[in-house]
Amino acid sequence: MEIQQNLPMILILLPLAVSPALAFLRPKASRAVMLAVSLISCAVSLALTVYMCAEDSLPYTIKMGEYGAPFGNELYISRTECIVSLLFSCVHMLSLLGGLHRLDEEIHENRRSLFYTVTSLLLSAIQALCFTNDLFTGYVFLEITTIAAGALIFIRSREGALFASMRYMIMNLLGSGLFLLGLAVMYCLTGELLFPQLKEGVSQILREGRYIRPLTASILLITVGLSIKSALYPFHTWLPNAYSGATPAASSMLSSLVSKAYIFLLIKIVMRVTGPEAFVSLRAGDVVFVYSCIAIILGSIDAIREHNVRRMVSYSSVAQIGYIFLGVSIGTAAGMTAAIFHILAHSISKAMLFPAVDRLTQVSGGNENYRDLRGSGFRAPLAGIAFVVGAFSITGIPIFAGFSSKVYLASAAVESGGWRMLIVLFVLAASTVLNVSYFLRTVITLYRPGERYPLTRDKAVMVPLALALIVFIGLNTALGIFSLPVFEMINDGIMLW
Amino acid sequence: MKKRNETLLKWLNEGSETLDQEMMESLEGDYLAGDEKQETAVTKKDESSRFHMIIRSAYIRISTAFSVVLCIALIAILMYTVMDMPYFGNADTLVESEVSEFYIEHTLEHTGAVNVISGIILNFRGFDTLGEAHVLFIAVCSVMILLHIHPTEHGAHLMAYEYDDASEEPHDDDILLTGVRVLFPLIVMFGIYIILNGNLSPGGGFSGGAVIGAGLILYLSVYGYIRTRRFFTMRTFRILTTIALISYTCSKTFHFVTGANDIKAMIGIGTPGTIFSGGLLLPLNIFVGLVVACTMYALFTMFRKGDF
Repeated sequence: MEIQQNLPMILILLPLAVSPALAFLRPKASRAVMLAVSLISCAVSLALTVYMCAEDSLPYTIKMGEYGAPFGNELYISRTECIVSLLFSCVHMLSLLGGLHRLDEEIHENRRSLFYTVTSLLLSAIQALCFTNDLFTGYVFLEITTIAAGALIFIRSREGALFASMRYMIMNLLGSGLFLLGLAVMYCLTGELLFPQLKEGVSQILREGRYIRPLTASILLITVGLSIKSALYPFHTWLPNAYSGATPAASSMLSSLVSKAYIFLLIKIVMRVTGPEAFVSLRAGDVVFVYSCIAIILGSIDAIREHNVRRMVSYSSVAQIGYIFLGVSIGTAAGMTAAIFHILAHSISKAMLFPAVDRLTQVSGGNENYRDLRGSGFRAPLAGIAFVVGAFSITGIPIFAGFSSKVYLASAAVESGGWRMLIVLFVLAASTVLNVSYFLRTVITLYRPGERYPLTRDKAVMVPLALALIVFIGLNTALGIFSLPVFEMINDGIMLW
Repeated sequence: MKKRNETLLKWLNEGSETLDQEMMESLEGDYLAGDEKQETAVTKKDESSRFHMIIRSAYIRISTAFSVVLCIALIAILMYTVMDMPYFGNADTLVESEVSEFYIEHTLEHTGAVNVISGIILNFRGFDTLGEAHVLFIAVCSVMILLHIHPTEHGAHLMAYEYDDASEEPHDDDILLTGVRVLFPLIVMFGIYIILNGNLSPGGGFSGGAVIGAGLILYLSVYGYIRTRRFFTMRTFRILTTIALISYTCSKTFHFVTGANDIKAMIGIGTPGTIFSGGLLLPLNIFVGLVVACTMYALFTMFRKGDF
């Protein structure tokens, strides 16, 4: 094995090793170490992506220990995983930077070090979920992610945070439980845990047709479990309270890392274990399809009815997660690629929107009703621009990332054809109109002069926030303009899965 | 608040069927505390509000019935699935279990562990176990975020009260005191034995650590905080957990890197059957044991008092 191929191990093991020490350092030291680790992990995943971009690089596996498949744990690295891992490290660092100025007031000093421990463990766990080649490793790190996300919600000393995290925990533990059940049934049927071996077992079952029913149940349990955890429509009730009650850094991480890591795991399971054809023919694809269509429409309608900006942005996540699941439910490689591209586009936009909204409400006297934000775009210019870019990207206006991902989704649907194509196109069109109606009204309010607060620029200087927002805006535009190379890289990885 | 408690008590006594409108109102009234309370008092007389309450109680009943039906349906589906599953241990099933046969036959020669389970969880599937140890750690962190009482945050008087409370615990039962004085060293010694023999006999870090943690909790319950603070404080907990977890991650990293790059590890597997055998298994078991024991004790103290 070449020496560069060890990089994914650093991504997983460095934050894991550092996390216990962070808990017992002083908050300032802890923050410095965490930022350093986050930066290193960005650099490492960038290096890995560059290495994998090379013309002749092929997907490879890393044995975790002396024994590889089928006896020991393994990691699997292809271009798709590299891109997603790069996204996760970057978004992790930028959301930490974007919420840094609020941590001091929103999290009590005694708990601030523990906050960094939790984020460090979260970083390690999502990287492990991204690279794992083993279903049970997936479950273990899914547990870490679940508990870490719960801690990120209730660490904020505010009424309602406990209640929100309680609802979060109940729904998410149900999801973990269903996933574990599905895993157990699948292990019982095939006797394997690593993806390639599982795939052989599953295709043998499909050929012989003996244990089709338990296999169907297992695939459905895994799908439903991961859908609950990533807040697909009927299971989304915990989401708005959790996202809007947490501190901005935590909201960004919850919306753009945690739920996306679960969906990426589901995509990996669909492509590398069951195979997309079986996923569709065993009707799991239909379940996901119906609920994602409902999610897109009803999530947007909920967002329109909501006047609190942070909750509105949270409800828009429900609709956006619907898009991603829509791509998964099409059940073709193009659909999966579109779904992963939408993961990128939405993560970048949503992780930018939460700090921007927080800054805008901060300069408007802390009011979260969107009508009170009048003129705040002038008081906090950068946050205003960031909100506009994020809103345009999510709505799907060209040159931003969201537009490209919607195009890829539509083209994947058209390729697959059939009656679903019509529904997908209709849903995409309808949701764009709905998105415009709630994002545009907020954007217009931001730049309408109001009487209560002056239109002069707020004096406070927040370097980390400004840096994070500028990088986010740049990334969003870059991903929108240069979408084709990224799309092709993801597609290359998926083709070789 | 008192009224609410009475309502809840009545409700508990008479069953959920009696959850009538009046109770709903009183519950609702207490629930909307603070600034909204006045508003509710005004609207309570309102006819539309009564209608709202009726709708709400109907909604609660319907959703309860729906969730019961859903649970029963899920149970039925799972039972149906289980009936179709391959019988365990039947030769005619699909599972060829090449993996489990390999584990049973070759674990000793590859890892040097007489106890196959230890060999699997700490060597073959060591990455999962590394994650599992950190699940325990993040659980403790979460509980500490929620329940740890800090003097700076909650005022010195609360801390003083908590510490006084420690001295008021009853320590006057001679039978209990003597019994624990005899049992405690035995329990801890047995835990240590399980941990150290993890690669030889059934047991290992997780079970041995749980035994030690249970021993500590027993000692604490009987002798109280003043005695346990002599040897186990927050500082002890921090140092032990940090050192154990970091050494665990580092030794596993060494194992992963040498394994993945096919570097010949310097640590051999030794003579199977002796205590210093199986390469890194013995230290790994000790680290896991420390983490588990500290976690159990910390969880207990956090729930009981909020501090060590």
